[in-house]
Amino acid sequence: MNWITNYVRPRINSIFSRRETPENLWSKCDGCGTMLFHREISDNLNVCTNCNHHMHITPRDRFAALFDGGIFSEVAVPEPLSDPLQFRDQKRYPDRLKAAQRDTGEKEAMLVATGEIGRTPIVAAAQDFSFMAGSMGMYVGNAIIAAAEEAVRLGRPLILFSAAGGARMQEGILSLMQMPRTTVAVQMLKEAGLPYIVVLTHPTTGGVTASYAMLGDIQIAEPEALICFAGPRVIEQTIREKLPEGFQRAEYLLEHGMLDRVTDRREMRKELIVITRMLMQMPPPTWGDLPPPGPETVSGSPEPATQTDRSG
Amino acid sequence: MTHYLDFERPLAEIEGKAEELRAMARGNDEMDVEEEAAALDAKAATLLAELYGKLTPWRKCQVARHPQRPHCKDYIEALFTEYTPLAGDRGFADDQAVMGGLARLDDRPVMVIGHEKGHDTQSRLSRNFGMARPEGYRKAIRLMEMAGRFGLPVVTLIDTPGAYPGKGAEERGQSEAIARSTEACLRIGVPLVSVVIGEGGSGGAVAFATANRVAMLEHSVYSVISPEGCASILWKDAEKMREAAEALRLTAQDLLKLGVADRIIPEPLGGAHRDPAATMAAVKSMLNTMLSEFDERDAAQLIADRRRKYLNIGSKGLAA
Ligand SMILES: [Zn+2]
Repeated sequence: MNWITNYVRPRINSIFSRRETPENLWSKCDGCGTMLFHREISDNLNVCTNCNHHMHITPRDRFAALFDGGIFSEVAVPEPLSDPLQFRDQKRYPDRLKAAQRDTGEKEAMLVATGEIGRTPIVAAAQDFSFMAGSMGMYVGNAIIAAAEEAVRLGRPLILFSAAGGARMQEGILSLMQMPRTTVAVQMLKEAGLPYIVVLTHPTTGGVTASYAMLGDIQIAEPEALICFAGPRVIEQTIREKLPEGFQRAEYLLEHGMLDRVTDRREMRKELIVITRMLMQMPPPTWGDLPPPGPETVSGSPEPATQTDRSG
Repeated sequence: MTHYLDFERPLAEIEGKAEELRAMARGNDEMDVEEEAAALDAKAATLLAELYGKLTPWRKCQVARHPQRPHCKDYIEALFTEYTPLAGDRGFADDQAVMGGLARLDDRPVMVIGHEKGHDTQSRLSRNFGMARPEGYRKAIRLMEMAGRFGLPVVTLIDTPGAYPGKGAEERGQSEAIARSTEACLRIGVPLVSVVIGEGGSGGAVAFATANRVAMLEHSVYSVISPEGCASILWKDAEKMREAAEALRLTAQDLLKLGVADRIIPEPLGGAHRDPAATMAAVKSMLNTMLSEFDERDAAQLIADRRRKYLNIGSKGLAA
């Protein structure tokens, strides 16, 4: 049972989630240029085995590694209006959306799930940078509100992994309005006395940083993540000078008092378990092999949670 | 001296000619130019009505940014009495891009907060063209919270190209300051009403404009990104700002349909700068109307009203 929950299940989930990655592919680390075997990178949570550079990881892969046994249930997100502005630049917005859906196999730029980490029930939300640069539109706003409502309903902490180029321009002012909308979601958690933990991943910029991504009780970032309101290029154009090395990177923000911690992705799960359990007044976690989960530990759902069908 | 926008060039010619005629006549008692000048005036008026009757979104951006358009300071001076500026964020500095303080709207004491762009080179520099730094948002948070404690309604006047993209601003937590300011707007238990008087530039505007009621001047704009910025990203060509302005739906008229703006305040023909006094009067009356809607509401109702407004945004799109 332990072998199944701790080893087989995550494997199964990762096989599903890395559906179109052939086993024999190599890819290049964008940090040090080393050629790495795909399998090697994915087993290391997309962190370079040579230089520890943190590469992009999809929400699904992240959740498979985060939740106990890789098991989580997706939280349904209310469908927003489609293309409310009839936006068209060089392409029609619905065509850009379809292309992103085809390329990622995901419906939109945020995944929300419930499950347990180290037997600690949580709600988690993760933004998908590979989906239109993770941009914050109405769906992402709805996802964060749904995540907060689910956390309040179940009395669980919300852990949010941010990654975005900013607001989704194709939704114009309605994307901008996700700043106040998601702020309302954060207020719901605070009023319910539930922890809201933000993990900022590379990159988190613009209106996303200037709303829900900066309002956490605890702010953790992955190493070297770019975290900013205005991007370095815009600033260099404005002030007409070169910015210092490491400007707006996680370590720089930590130094300037904007973050609580910078944590390696491979240590993140453990750290989140430790923190959430203290904030939730729970006993210290039991590390290592765990007894199989009983039905009473999966609060809020009658059946043990399983990953939902993602074919739809 | 009237400052003419590029699309007003034909108007500048006619108005210039009328002005010239009258100037000539002033130096010569024999000349009677009034009939001719009046005809030019009439022609100019017709053209002005024509131009402003169908302003494209890009032209509205230009009008909203017009250098002679009344700014926050003009409104504060004209609309309120006993204005008492309150300075500083208590942590770092006083940001001159953000004005704020106690004032009376008729007899009602309020907290007024707004972006000020400046009106000449010197004031534009000291006001940083209305682009606030974290200190500006933190000053606003301080004033909003004070208003909440003493039961004073908050009036915000929105006119900013956006938050300042600078090195120090980033180091001191521009994102966090904006996020907390929006959060303060949603949290205070007093009425918050907002008027977009010029440019509502992205997060820098949201930080003050997350209000119970948002009114927009007829030719003001409010957008997630400037048309130039959008054009350079999506069209890879900053010169496509006309197309971008069109696509972004940033006009007061479109934002009313989308439920982002609640009211539109009509502007004098030719824009607010052609008759500032009339504009001020219209804004003042709108502020009084909007505030009176909340006279009998308690803190919990006011907070719930704001939340509902924002949670519901997005349920209405624009018809094809
Ligand atoms: Zn590497």
